[in-house]
Amino acid sequence: MATPELVFAGTDGGAVTDLGTYEKQGGLAALRRAQEMTPDEIVAELNASNLRGRGGAFFPTGRKWSFIPKPDQNPNPHYLVVNADESEPGSFKDHEIMLRVPFRFLEGCLIAARAIESQHVFVYIRGEYGRPFEVLVDALEQMRRQKLLRGVTIVVHRGAGAYICGEETALLESLEGERGQPRTKPPFPAIAGLYASPTAVNNVESIATVPPIIELGGSEYAELGVEDSTGTRVFSLSGNVVRPGNYELPHGFALKELIYEVGGGIPDGRALKAVIPGGSSTPILTAAEAEQVTLDYDSLSQAGTAIGSAGVIAIDDRCCMVQLGIRVSQFYEHESCGKCTPCRVGTRWITQILRKIESGRGTHADLDLLLDVGEHVNGTCLCPLGDSDAIAVASYVAKFRDEFLAHVEEGGCPFEGASSLEGIVAPTDVHEAHVGPAEIERPLEVLA
Amino acid sequence: MSAQASPEAMSPAEFRAAVASMRAIYPDERSAILPALRLAQERHGGWLPEQAFREVADALDTTPAFCLSIASFYDMFHTEPVGRRVVGVCTNVSCALAGAQAVVDAFERALDLHVGETTVDGAITLRTVECLGGCGWATVVAVDDHQRLRVRPGDVPALVKELRGDA
Repeated sequence: MATPELVFAGTDGGAVTDLGTYEKQGGLAALRRAQEMTPDEIVAELNASNLRGRGGAFFPTGRKWSFIPKPDQNPNPHYLVVNADESEPGSFKDHEIMLRVPFRFLEGCLIAARAIESQHVFVYIRGEYGRPFEVLVDALEQMRRQKLLRGVTIVVHRGAGAYICGEETALLESLEGERGQPRTKPPFPAIAGLYASPTAVNNVESIATVPPIIELGGSEYAELGVEDSTGTRVFSLSGNVVRPGNYELPHGFALKELIYEVGGGIPDGRALKAVIPGGSSTPILTAAEAEQVTLDYDSLSQAGTAIGSAGVIAIDDRCCMVQLGIRVSQFYEHESCGKCTPCRVGTRWITQILRKIESGRGTHADLDLLLDVGEHVNGTCLCPLGDSDAIAVASYVAKFRDEFLAHVEEGGCPFEGASSLEGIVAPTDVHEAHVGPAEIERPLEVLA
Repeated sequence: MSAQASPEAMSPAEFRAAVASMRAIYPDERSAILPALRLAQERHGGWLPEQAFREVADALDTTPAFCLSIASFYDMFHTEPVGRRVVGVCTNVSCALAGAQAVVDAFERALDLHVGETTVDGAITLRTVECLGGCGWATVVAVDDHQRLRVRPGDVPALVKELRGDA
């Protein structure tokens, strides 16, 4: 019945961090095959596989590579940049991929570099991933000693703590030594990316999926999963579940089955209340909706949400949805790079209005204002960070409106201090503690 | 790298040489600023005083103000003194649902401080941080740039003891 693991193949639940072991298991066969293929043939296999980007945008990987000009069209060096800045709340798959299958990932880097005729690979890994960084550097050294790189340089570049650097143009700015603030597009990175040269930016899981695609052949890979969402996916399951973890499953897997069978259900005899299906930027599903959907692009789009980075967060009935909104909005407020005014100001306003509602001082007009501010953030900035806050919070209001109204009409939180998110201290709270309470209250007066 | 002096013991010339080798890795040497700031921070007890910005600017042929503008953008660079170890408890959604606040509270008790502060002996700074990318292994606690997974409140006293002995 089960679709085999492709990304985690050969690990038997553990890690393969020795090159000899990896090779004995059939590793590097895809690289050897790719070295016999022309770049166009590699791209054709990717197109046949219909692999779509695993970072969250779901853009077809083969098509992205086909946008890279040929060296005779653009003589600048071509770059492959791998986005290992995984920071979307709910997503921790790339973390585990780099720890457990570093060679499959690096093999994918070399195949991808060949496909876009690049000699230069940069892996931009978030600064908090100290252990995955060490594992990658060690694996890279083993490959270098075996002379597998064939003139390609792979640099593992560490970030320094900024969610926004997962946005591809912000990542490129950061890699160039600037503040990690998004660029205007166009030009797109394929034309003018790193150092204004042709650049493909791909997610870790996308790249780690390339070797199995070359091994199987693109069309056979496309048989797995469901139409338009082919192949397997590493789903990150977290929150209120008995067995959280990363699970590589075929696209089209039932969300209900992931939570109740794979994940062991909801602990402590609680009931499922809601599910965030694709990382914190995706709209929430009620428990009833979550039981109906499958984990693929079409099913989740039809349900008004998105597969995103496949970070599934299960939330049980102890959670206050206004507090969830505050916590999610605080994250985006904290991580806004400040470049675009609607995001810089709007994410903070959204948090402040939610706080007012949570405290029992909110009015019906505040609920309207909350959604109105979100509408003025959504789609008005260079990147989707602010949109994510606005869309996520709007979905909590839409799906759990009665709970928001109860806060307004009963003058306080109906959970009366018993919500699972009660008292959570976010980084923004700590910053505000330094500023002092007078400064915190001021924006509310402006909004009143 | 192993032949080089530890960051704290580096002379200014050795620091310049280390940054020069970082510059050589990149097609455009401006890209070396993050690794250079990281090394400078290690040299200066885990944070970046004015002197550190002068050193990085000097080694990269740029200005201290530019270096500060970069450092201030990123969460892992500290422009104020911190403890010898920086502990960051993730309080984002998944960790929060799994009880992260109880872990924060346990650290506050064990360290006798409020989150955001440093112990009086300068050993440990306690922070809350945004998602560390370990949501299924909640509660995730960053100790400098490495992570402790599935930390429960009961684990905290022993962890603090270990970090103090280490520090």
